[in-house]
Amino acid sequence: MKLRHLLLATAAVAAFTGTAQAENVLKWGANRDIGSLDPYSFGDSFTINVLNHVYEGLVRYNKDLKIEPALAESWEILEDQITWRFKLREGVTFHNGNPFTAEDVVASLTRVSHETSPLKGNLPAYVSSKVVDELTVDITLNGTYPLLLNDLTNIHIFDNEWMTENDALMPTDVGAGTEGYATYNANGTGPFIVESRQPDAKTVFVVNPDWWDEPQHNLDKIELTPVNSAATRVAALLSGEISFTNDAPVQDLPRLVAAPNVEVLEGVDLRTVMIGFPFRDTLTTGEANPFVEKSVREALYKAIDLDLIHQKVMRGKSRNAGATIAPPIPGYTEALDTLPEFDPEASKALLAEAGVAEGLEFEFNCLSDGLVNEEQFCQAIASMWSRIGLSPKLDVAPRAVQSPKRTNGKTDVYTLGWATLPLLDSYSPLLQIFHSKDGNAGVFNWGGWSYPELDALIDAAGSELDLEARLALQTEALGIVKDEMIMIPLHQQPMAWAVTEDVADMPLFPDAKPRLWFAQMGSDS
Amino acid sequence: MIAFLLKRTANAAFVMLAVALLAFVIFRFFGDPVEMMVNEQATLQDRVELRERLGLNDSFVVQYTRFVTNAVQGDFGISYRNQQDVMVLIKDRFPATFELVLVATVISLVVGIPAGVITAVYRDSRLANILQLSSIVGVSLPSFVVGILLILAFSVSLGWLPAFGRGETVDIGWWSSGLLTPSGRAALILPAISLSTFQVTLVMRLVRAEMLETLRADYIKFARARGVPTARVQWRHALRNCLMPVITLTGMQIGNLIAFALVTETVFQWPGMGMLFIQAVTFVDIPVMAAYLMIVSFIFVVLNTLVDITYAWVDPRLRDDTARANG
Repeated sequence: MKLRHLLLATAAVAAFTGTAQAENVLKWGANRDIGSLDPYSFGDSFTINVLNHVYEGLVRYNKDLKIEPALAESWEILEDQITWRFKLREGVTFHNGNPFTAEDVVASLTRVSHETSPLKGNLPAYVSSKVVDELTVDITLNGTYPLLLNDLTNIHIFDNEWMTENDALMPTDVGAGTEGYATYNANGTGPFIVESRQPDAKTVFVVNPDWWDEPQHNLDKIELTPVNSAATRVAALLSGEISFTNDAPVQDLPRLVAAPNVEVLEGVDLRTVMIGFPFRDTLTTGEANPFVEKSVREALYKAIDLDLIHQKVMRGKSRNAGATIAPPIPGYTEALDTLPEFDPEASKALLAEAGVAEGLEFEFNCLSDGLVNEEQFCQAIASMWSRIGLSPKLDVAPRAVQSPKRTNGKTDVYTLGWATLPLLDSYSPLLQIFHSKDGNAGVFNWGGWSYPELDALIDAAGSELDLEARLALQTEALGIVKDEMIMIPLHQQPMAWAVTEDVADMPLFPDAKPRLWFAQMGSDS
Repeated sequence: MIAFLLKRTANAAFVMLAVALLAFVIFRFFGDPVEMMVNEQATLQDRVELRERLGLNDSFVVQYTRFVTNAVQGDFGISYRNQQDVMVLIKDRFPATFELVLVATVISLVVGIPAGVITAVYRDSRLANILQLSSIVGVSLPSFVVGILLILAFSVSLGWLPAFGRGETVDIGWWSSGLLTPSGRAALILPAISLSTFQVTLVMRLVRAEMLETLRADYIKFARARGVPTARVQWRHALRNCLMPVITLTGMQIGNLIAFALVTETVFQWPGMGMLFIQAVTFVDIPVMAAYLMIVSFIFVVLNTLVDITYAWVDPRLRDDTARANG
């Protein structure tokens, strides 16, 4: 395992470097800036990920992406099965010196689940929370729900007193047209403190000397500078003006690999790229929709040459997927991951048998700013489908333009990438993509399918507290998704980070989230 | 003069209303901001409610009227993405763009005018040919390519100048200036050159054409006949008469430079208004886009007016007219 290898390397480096004289400043060149200093202000995972260096949750993912205690030391489910009791860590202080208590947890959960919060969907089962004593909190849910801890990894805890003093108890509401104190200021418990911020230019974080945990990093400072242009980011890395980027452009990787002062860290993302079909009665052209027939979906699946896309479009860096989730995600089994046979002749036969007319027109909706090389693989797939006698009309545009068409059923076939974040569990795609549309279920069920037996399995998993039993249900549900070819998986997409020689160790995480509290700098002298 | 100013103001107001109208017509093709604002787990109902709260379900006329009413009071609302007052966002970014444009304009005049005179006076000399040739290159290369080439040469290979950013800045009131620190000045060089390449060639070609015209004029011949030194005739008498269109052009182009600085700003990660606008487009941040368009059109209108006034100041005949009219 690459992670384990890196873990050992970290330990070795930590043992040998000893005390460094010079200040270790990690210059992070990201492909965009964070939206604000308030992680609850905008449903943007990059902002949340960066601010996780400042704010922490009750629990967190460790280096192996397993959940471990953070601000909560332990937890238990009470007898009613819907209340969770959290014992909080003692002696934790916020950056302003205030002690961390149960009040802070209740205030933070209230804030993130407030009706104007764009992130309230991140706590789908949350009903209320109350202070039991200074370091104990009870969280009540709307039913038995196994994934509360996964949800809580991403819910950052604010200081109640600080929010009260600065009138920041409620999330900022764009509709009301008021600004919030937390947009400009931050006060968390995390390993780094915000020192200064100039939007679009530079945000500086300094190490928190009073962090409750034993630091596994040796950074003194992080300078986050957004560099939107890929070419400039590469140039800045080559000239050493930035020492780390979490987005090394795929087309420039050979050049970065060849550079003497740069190291490229490559891996496969958890994000699985899939194609979805419409299940409505008619296509956008007004014709009857043949995709409701499984044999037609199968025909389109068999017509895609996954190996060709892997080699030519993804330059051999992707991983062909047979399952709709990546191998590290709980619920995955190898049986789910069998690849289809590429057989255009069989596709033609299936289409003929289903009575699909030659030259059937349908829209194929792709994003120009979405997945890795999305435009290219969409073009490739469209021409593969043309070869079996269909006429896909490729519609490529930015996310902001395509999303309304997708959610309102104004298109036919579409792409979707799903990384199961922040749950890191197969329950995430099952509930949000494959379940029938119903409240917070099936929000991404753009095709509009409904499989009652699948819904029953997902609902059962959603209230099953026993891990083994739950994963068995989820695996069974994923089996239905695969057999019915509700969506067809293509691949897990590649990811690449790059560091200069100033950085001794930078663990690469498959959820593509930089966790700089594991980073080690140090010259090799 | 007062009638002139009043007329100008009325024109400006009309132009701005028209810009706002056009802006609102195109915004609906940018997509749905709500899809960018909520995270993946938000339910359909959450999205519907948010759209309602933002007033996006209101009719076009209602949205437009609300925008204009608020804008007249200087209230452009809150950015969807940054959750900050849009005017503050733009005010913070304006100095960066303005300094960049200012320096680019100075470069274009300081380089462009002498080059234009030289190519006109010493036609067919080797220097003039080289200048002419490089001006073709300057006109035809897109500014992002110039930017990337400059970065490769001066940042990556030579390591002299920073590839991106604005360096250290000094705050003078609400104005943040990069001109007062060494790192700020160093950071300004490449973006300013990249932004001015097109401008330099434009000025040079204009000056050259005007000079060729002027040098044929009778008063130049008379000046020469009278024994005024050649250099003085060329650089003073002839050049001064060529500067009218250059001033007009420069004034008009400042507006263009501010508007098109967004390409340079994207390449160099220059934290200016263009950068802000590009990001607003990506995230369908309607308040920011609307305010940016209004402010850029306002700058255009102001510059046009200033150019007219400068005309009067440079050209003695116009100055006499206005002096008399006011006197």
